[in-house]
Amino acid sequence: MNITVNGEPKETSPNNSILNLLNELEINAQTVVVECDNTIIKQEEYATTILQDGAVLELIRFVGGG
Amino acid sequence: MKICIHEREEEWPATTTMTEVAANFPGADILLVNGHHVKHDYKLQPGDECWCLSRGGTSSKQEMEDLLALRHTPEIQRIIQTSTVGIMGLGGLGSMVAVALARMGIGRLLLADFDVVEPTNLNRQYFFLDQVGSPKTKAMAANLARINPFVELELLQQRLDAAAIKKHFSKVDVLVECFDDPVMKADAFRLALTDMKPIRYVGASGVAGYGSNNDIRTQSPYPGIYLVGDGHSDPKQGLSLMAARVGIAAHQQANQVVRILLKDSENAL
Repeated sequence: MNITVNGEPKETSPNNSILNLLNELEINAQTVVVECDNTIIKQEEYATTILQDGAVLELIRFVGGG
Repeated sequence: MKICIHEREEEWPATTTMTEVAANFPGADILLVNGHHVKHDYKLQPGDECWCLSRGGTSSKQEMEDLLALRHTPEIQRIIQTSTVGIMGLGGLGSMVAVALARMGIGRLLLADFDVVEPTNLNRQYFFLDQVGSPKTKAMAANLARINPFVELELLQQRLDAAAIKKHFSKVDVLVECFDDPVMKADAFRLALTDMKPIRYVGASGVAGYGSNNDIRTQSPYPGIYLVGDGHSDPKQGLSLMAARVGIAAHQQANQVVRILLKDSENAL
């Protein structure tokens, strides 16, 4: 199925969770803020939120240093 | 003619020089007219705003506020000095943001850090050698007091988590995220977009190294929410956190705070 990640079209397997997608993209789930279809997803819901076909995601990644 | 002396309008002879005005301020050795230094024989003009100050003298709160109003204009200063800003983390970002806001006469700062000053901090953070080993909150309070003793301070000497951030920072006018840890950065950002909405927030990500000045920028991914940095430069061997580039980011954060306070709109980019 097709989703959009940060404005780019992407293909992913059906019934994929947000956590799986982050793992596929090699993104640390601890240091990213995920918006899915205009909703900010709580971290504890990454594993249980299943992506729907056509989902639009914004991933904001954070790096250390301050 | 009418002139202003320390913000009060007074009637003086048309031939008045600063010598006569300064005679009312024993020991005054800094003479300012309309914000500029002048000599004793300066001939005053109608409407001039005069200040006679002593070098090394302790200014009163009113005097400090008047001087800042003279610099920034009274309308702007009234907003700055009645605002509260929360700063989470007093490292290279937070210590510089706090100093900049104190210099501009911010009303109240809520400062949080769990750590003590370490020798390795001195390459970029606003602390001094003789403060190594002191809690950062206390050292910061001492340094700010030497710049502007009239900023009201609340110090939180503790490690923050989501619950503590919500508890302590919900009522600030602007919340500034200056953490070092990327997990805390993401947690705080998520909180600002959910439980703490509609807080006005300035975060940072990607400030290490000596990359281009111009890659450090301020973005607004959501209304009222700002993020400073290049988005990718994390500290690594040979590209550690360095005073200059972290300072660029810190001052973008501080200026964004001022823009949010003064523009008072959802889009203050």
